[in-house]
Amino acid sequence: MTDQTDLHAAEPAELIACPICDALYRVEEPAHGERAVCARCGHVLIAPRRRAGMSIIMLALATVILTCGAVFFPFLRISTAGFGNSATILDTALAFTDGPLLVLSLAVLALIVLVPVARAALTIYVLSPLVFDRPAWPGAIQAFRMSEALQPWSMAEIFAIGCAVALVKVADLATLEFGPAFWMFAVLTVVIVLQDRWLDRWLVWNTLDREVARAARTARA
Amino acid sequence: MSGEEALTARDAGLVACRRCTRVWPRGRERCGRCGARLVSRDPGSLSRVWAWWVAGLMAYVPANIYPMLITDTLVSRSEATIVGGAIELIQHDALGIAIIILIASVGIPIGKFVAVAYLALSVQNPARLNAHRRHHLLEVVEYIGRWSMIDVFVVAILSALVQLSVVARIDPGPAALAFALSVVFTMLAAQAFDPRLIWDRIEADAEADGPEGRSADEAGPTPRGEQA
Ligand SMILES: [Zn+2]
Ligand SMILES: [Zn+2]
Repeated sequence: MTDQTDLHAAEPAELIACPICDALYRVEEPAHGERAVCARCGHVLIAPRRRAGMSIIMLALATVILTCGAVFFPFLRISTAGFGNSATILDTALAFTDGPLLVLSLAVLALIVLVPVARAALTIYVLSPLVFDRPAWPGAIQAFRMSEALQPWSMAEIFAIGCAVALVKVADLATLEFGPAFWMFAVLTVVIVLQDRWLDRWLVWNTLDREVARAARTARA
Repeated sequence: MSGEEALTARDAGLVACRRCTRVWPRGRERCGRCGARLVSRDPGSLSRVWAWWVAGLMAYVPANIYPMLITDTLVSRSEATIVGGAIELIQHDALGIAIIILIASVGIPIGKFVAVAYLALSVQNPARLNAHRRHHLLEVVEYIGRWSMIDVFVVAILSALVQLSVVARIDPGPAALAFALSVVFTMLAAQAFDPRLIWDRIEADAEADGPEGRSADEAGPTPRGEQA
């Protein structure tokens, strides 16, 4: 155990503070597959994974492809008494068309399509040069900050469950069946969860620190 | 200083960035790594929590008064509020679905209002639950908060899908917008909460809890290593 006088003497750059409880630690990077957990509140501080960067980029690419595909295919089909209809994501997002409900349309479109795709694109932009050990691309820090801020507003997985609930709700009114976009959203749910679990934020910030400085040096040279 | 009281960045005369966990000397205004604004303890945190909390509650009232779904079929037209829709389901012997809807649209939102208010009050007053429990409560509120949006999505899906000329059509009611706003406001209330405020009172709470509270957790100045 490091004693407290030691922490007082350390350079701030060698320290890490728990964002939940403010407990102060000296940075000791754990081995791959292990985690450094805050002893006071249990928050995971550092959790490096082998080749996590590449896996996360792949998952982000999958998110972009699945979401774009899901926009154009129908995700639910309905039929009753000879009438039928199928809905795509765009139909759903634009369901609230009159007056103040139009705001809701735009919000739904943002929550289930725009925000998840934007997060994936930002993630690819930030991580790609780091994975190949290149200097960070310009604006990488702002990009990663925005991606982190958008996290709670990415709701594709909630929408997937919403489809299932809708199916149950109109079961007595008409026959419903899932279209291809529903299964894309189901896969997307898993992809997004993995993407968030594998991302070691501390490692990204630390690498960005180094690579942004390097990019500035090469720009001067 | 008692055993479970870990050395914090504030104790060491430093200020921590909550976004990227970098530590800076006290007095610095912005994080040199990620650019976030630095505050040792956010003094405006609680007033923002309460502001979003009140806004969320104000949006939740019309969400329950106005209809959420307007259903037109060949024979009838019905306007269902959140609770009204659930009662209708019970009358149609769909008790299970009614319970799910009541939990998602009534139980969880009200639970969130109570939990956020309790957490905000607990920072100013001695709390019954220890810091660990309250931290879990905040995590649960932040996690579940997003899921309340499911009802808005269901309304959007049904309105887009059930447009079968004269046979049946479903349209959204004004409550959908109010409910969505209520969810967004309560999410912002939970995000505005500075969780470090919960842990700052750990010493006072340990005294209130008695001896069991004191030995409940042991924290040292090194993080625990753990197999993932
Ligand atoms: Zn902690
Ligand atoms: Zn920072």
